[in-house]
Amino acid sequence: MLFDTYHCSGNYDEMFTPDGECRDHYAPFKATLEHMPKKKLYRLQHSTGKAQMAMGMTFNVYHDNEGLEKILHLDIVPRIISGAEWNRLEKGLEQRICALNLFLQDIYNDRKILKDGIVPKELILSSRDYLEPCVGLTPPKSIWCHITGTDLVRDEKGKFYVLEDNLRCPSGVSYLLESREIVKRAFPELFNKLGVRPVSDYPIKLLNMLQSLTGKERPTVGLLTPGVYNSAYFEHSYLAQQMGVELVTGADLMVQNQRVYMQTTKGLEQIDVLYRRIDDTFLDPLTFNPNSLLGIPGIFDAYRAGNIAFANAPGTGVADDKAVYAYVPDIIKYYLDQDPILENVPTYLCEKQDDRQYVLDNIHNLVVKETNAAGGYGMLIGPKATVADHEKFRALIKSNPRNYIAQPTLSLSTVPTISKENIEPRHVDLRPYILYGDKIEVLPGALTRVALVKGSLVVNSSQGGGSKDTWVLYE
Amino acid sequence: MNNMLSRVADSIYWLGRYLERAENYARFIDVNYNLMLDLPPGMDEQWEPLIAVTGDLEDYKKRHPTSDRKSAIFFLAFDEENPNSLLSSISRARENARVVRENLNKETWEKLNEVYLQAKQGYKAKIWQMDDPRGFFIHIKYAIQLLYGIADTTVARTEAWYFNRLGQYLERADKTSRVLDVKYHILLPAPEEVGSPLDYLHWMALLKSVSGFNTYRRAYGKIVPHGVVEFLMLDKFFPRSTFFCLTEAEECLYKISGYSGKGFSNSTEKYMGELRSKLEFADINDVINKGLHEYIDDIQIKINIISNTIHENFFMTRDNLVEQKQVNE
Repeated sequence: MLFDTYHCSGNYDEMFTPDGECRDHYAPFKATLEHMPKKKLYRLQHSTGKAQMAMGMTFNVYHDNEGLEKILHLDIVPRIISGAEWNRLEKGLEQRICALNLFLQDIYNDRKILKDGIVPKELILSSRDYLEPCVGLTPPKSIWCHITGTDLVRDEKGKFYVLEDNLRCPSGVSYLLESREIVKRAFPELFNKLGVRPVSDYPIKLLNMLQSLTGKERPTVGLLTPGVYNSAYFEHSYLAQQMGVELVTGADLMVQNQRVYMQTTKGLEQIDVLYRRIDDTFLDPLTFNPNSLLGIPGIFDAYRAGNIAFANAPGTGVADDKAVYAYVPDIIKYYLDQDPILENVPTYLCEKQDDRQYVLDNIHNLVVKETNAAGGYGMLIGPKATVADHEKFRALIKSNPRNYIAQPTLSLSTVPTISKENIEPRHVDLRPYILYGDKIEVLPGALTRVALVKGSLVVNSSQGGGSKDTWVLYE
Repeated sequence: MNNMLSRVADSIYWLGRYLERAENYARFIDVNYNLMLDLPPGMDEQWEPLIAVTGDLEDYKKRHPTSDRKSAIFFLAFDEENPNSLLSSISRARENARVVRENLNKETWEKLNEVYLQAKQGYKAKIWQMDDPRGFFIHIKYAIQLLYGIADTTVARTEAWYFNRLGQYLERADKTSRVLDVKYHILLPAPEEVGSPLDYLHWMALLKSVSGFNTYRRAYGKIVPHGVVEFLMLDKFFPRSTFFCLTEAEECLYKISGYSGKGFSNSTEKYMGELRSKLEFADINDVINKGLHEYIDDIQIKINIISNTIHENFFMTRDNLVEQKQVNE
């Protein structure tokens, strides 16, 4: 049988209990797979890469200035989440986003939480993601983080932890949507049988949310991309296409009289909402990075005047700072007077002297991260690193403690994954997507990123990670 | 419906041009290969005239000492250093599509992407070395025609459609006139060869290379040089004649500008209207009296002027930084 040789040790497996019993919500899937000849399964897996290539689901990798188009490996064995489990996640995410949004509004305006000493003032004001030009601003409807892609992981007991909040420009949702189409072709009979919740209405919800950011009846919406050479360009064009909105680059836009216009074949045409997929500090060379060629001079002025809405609002990055992350449970408590539903991974702030000493002494057991880095860069995985690396990071921490945090190494749950010969456990994380418009809505699905290398805990696509379709069940 | 971004219109126009170019090249190669099969024994294959049709003979000669079939097919179809080769054209069509993918429907993008992957596959498989590479070119031709079919039945007739067609028809007008120019002079035979089997084969190949053989036969019957010239340049009904292409391209311009009166509303419409009416009211004697080559040369110059004004009138964008500085002052 396909799963006879399947063994996982130490960590939580999404499909099997430690005794080797199949979990209930995976049972129909297991039955289907066991009736499928192994050859057929491998054929389905093989055709997946071809389908992705044909659909142009590629991201660019640059090497010696020559662009290479690669696909993100999609493993067709899904990650399945039961309805009950999901409901809890959903509530936890809603709570978290709600609190973080209140936090952003507060720190750019009244700064109550800083005055009350819940979050240290210097921590926020010293963050390079705290954007001075945003001080005193309130975006439309006081919403800052319209689109979030929270990263979660599960420890060996199966408990979910939030790893990162990703409030800037989270990517990956297009892979989720397109992967679903591909996996539907592989296992058509299972979707009804299991009761998998659909995800295909995401672009509609996204557009509704974007349109709700102005008072106009039919606002013109655009998706602002850095351009075709950006590694997420596929996603930008895909989402623009699915929403039926303009995909624009900085050069397509111009500002006159604090209004933003597109340059069309028939002259200038005003645009009202931008789903920006460029960093906030690149938006406007007159306000932020003067070297930005991607941005639109004067657009921040138009934003301040209320003539253009951005999703996400500029300035959200500060809540994404990994040192600020450590305070999110306190932030939830402060604004909502609730206990956090989803837990944080215990985090040591190297800025605090006690924490720093602990990190320096135990670096071989910890994961050290730069507070502002993403994509798995600027990171040390203590148990897997060399002594020389430990030394290097000790020095880095000492020279700039504010820039580093550390967390215990998590085991990360596993999901059966098709490897060369067999189905084997591989570690995964989970990235659900949350929209914040008239209400907070969690897309019933997620990007499950999988570390394809046996034993590896790094799921980032830039470092050998792949993806899985995530089935959220009704029940 | 919003107006189109200038950048998007630009890409969609070139998507139309490059696809048309690629399809023409696929057909040219297939037809020329067929013609070579019918040459009498001992006669060398002739690929140079075909390269001359594409306007890239000079570039070819710089890099290839001989005009053998393999070198020629490589250059015309797969040479990435030849910016107009089939593979280059398909790559550029696809690159333009990728940039404006949000404006295309899923089928169009996926089929175009498929043609691109097949063309790349052809490169890897070294199609030019095959004894009979026709299967590849016929496949590419049909794959592109499938794209036209998808577009015809699914694309809304809005600005994007007309920019795409504008590119396609201008490209076609250009290619048909070039093919006629080059071939005609090679084909004008010594008097003793008129009506010889070889002569016929060449004229037939010329007509086939623009998919016009059967249509010509039904409309004109006998294959005579003047008839072929009239058909390819002035015919009112054949969709690849230069006149027909210009008429369609002109119609696209009016759809884009929304202008419906007489005359013109922008410089592109002016030049296009002038050129179209010149051909509309010309007869074959006007062409022959002026000299075919001179006549075609004039058409090509005007098509170039039209292309340039399209760029100026519709695609050029202003530098937003410069603009901003002026506002601030």
